Amino acid sequence: MNKIDRQPGSPHELPKIGIRTDTRDILAHAVEQSRELADYFVVDIDAHVTETAFWSEVTDRIDNDVIRHMAKSFQDRVGAPPGLLNIQAGMNFQDVYGRIQHQAQLAEPTPTGGPHRQTILTQRAMDSMGIDRMVVFPTPMLTLGMHPQPEIETALGTAFNRWLIERVLPDDPRLAGMIYLPFNDPDGCCKVVEEFAGKPGVIGFTVTSTRYKPVHHNDYMRLYAMIEETGLPLAFHAGFHWGDESMKQVNRFLTMHAISFAYFNMIHLANWVINGLPERFPRLKMIWVESGLAWVPFMMQRLDAEYQMRTSEAPQLKRRPSEYIREMYFTSQPLERSNLKLTEATFEAINADTQLLFASDWPHWDFDLPAAITTLPFLTEQAKRNILGLNAARIFNLEVPKHKLTSPASPPSAAVTA
Amino acid sequence: MSEIFLGQTSDFAEGDYRIFAVDGVEVGVFRVDGDLLAWRNHCPHFGGPVCQGRVFNRVSETVTAERTTDGLCFAGERHVICPWHGFEFDLRTGRHPGDPRYRLQKIELSVRDDQVFVRLP
Repeated sequence: MNKIDRQPGSPHELPKIGIRTDTRDILAHAVEQSRELADYFVVDIDAHVTETAFWSEVTDRIDNDVIRHMAKSFQDRVGAPPGLLNIQAGMNFQDVYGRIQHQAQLAEPTPTGGPHRQTILTQRAMDSMGIDRMVVFPTPMLTLGMHPQPEIETALGTAFNRWLIERVLPDDPRLAGMIYLPFNDPDGCCKVVEEFAGKPGVIGFTVTSTRYKPVHHNDYMRLYAMIEETGLPLAFHAGFHWGDESMKQVNRFLTMHAISFAYFNMIHLANWVINGLPERFPRLKMIWVESGLAWVPFMMQRLDAEYQMRTSEAPQLKRRPSEYIREMYFTSQPLERSNLKLTEATFEAINADTQLLFASDWPHWDFDLPAAITTLPFLTEQAKRNILGLNAARIFNLEVPKHKLTSPASPPSAAVTA
Repeated sequence: MSEIFLGQTSDFAEGDYRIFAVDGVEVGVFRVDGDLLAWRNHCPHFGGPVCQGRVFNRVSETVTAERTTDGLCFAGERHVICPWHGFEFDLRTGRHPGDPRYRLQKIELSVRDDQVFVRLP
């Protein structure tokens, strides 16, 4: 084990952090921060696996013989690229060109013969950050919705789901997944719900938001009804895509990333609300993931203003759009904090005390620690506990350990006062 | 405050840096153009191990008299990059190049008879 001895005494040297550094050493300072979280129930609603590091395990689980063969045919190529996947390897700039090594790769050694390597890597992060439960999403597959071949999205999405629940989740009951829906294939989505709802570790379903699909199309109504029936939430997980025609106008990854991650969810949320889907599926719990929060009050006010003048275009609505949005759930990362007055107003607008769910996004470059919440000066102690885990416990029906204090947060109708 | 011996000056190569932990304080010692500089290994952003990150030259962009850009280039200043989130700090000033609210905590360093000492807070 490479874990560094940080015991007091004479000076000892610490290593420079690189791709082979143990996650526990990268996050050693987070361990110090997490001590104050000992009696908090902390649920991380959005962390990530790196499925391409185990790509053959994923593609082994493709049903279709021909598509599986297509994927396997890449394994003999130099560098063994992840066959069938529509990523642009030469434009993976998230690590800021070598500046953020844990984003570039987690190449640390892990023991063999025990839990899956991905499980171990995730456990190390959880334990370092003081996280009790962690929901893991894919990473390169977040852009799979842009794949020109819908049948490939269905094949890879289903295979990923199997890999996740067969290899990653079983070794640690603290881990959970929100199943990938191949959204370019509405019937395929329904089959995924049938196959995976109720499986151990499955606590919801995910649409990767980076795609051009109208979420209000009639093709999806059976899917939403099925998910509503399961009682599990539906998440729209944001992502980026520099190939988008609008994004082609920007020349820096910074700009593209900042806009992309809100852009796709802005469109999907607007379509969701204005077409009255909250009225049609009132029991379906909606979660908007990894877009930060600053976009939400903008959407609330913008849609309210237009709705009041053009109500005839949204006849299914019985209330202002913002009132539906306020009943949705949002994950916190990447939390905008450069102007805390705006952050506070945002929390008030979305009713964060009951609707906000902490997310780390580990191991990605813009990850948030629980301290992103605990250090907010305008939050009450109860609000911090709600956001860090008790809201998630309520939504996902998670058991809160007795030593984690307090009861689950009240539902929105009886909101905890900030 | 206690003074801690970290090594001989020859133990700190030009352009390189070393990070030490002693009694709960972590210090990065950097050799920049012959000078030895010490900063606390604690990023003012979220407490990351900033001195354990990589060191890059500052990236600059030259703007011509016609207000056009000649593109990106490396400038002379050396920056240490926090490995958690990429916050950059000038190794001579400890300052973030774009946000003065963020700066590293300086650690007092002295050299006597080619021996390097830091005084811990």
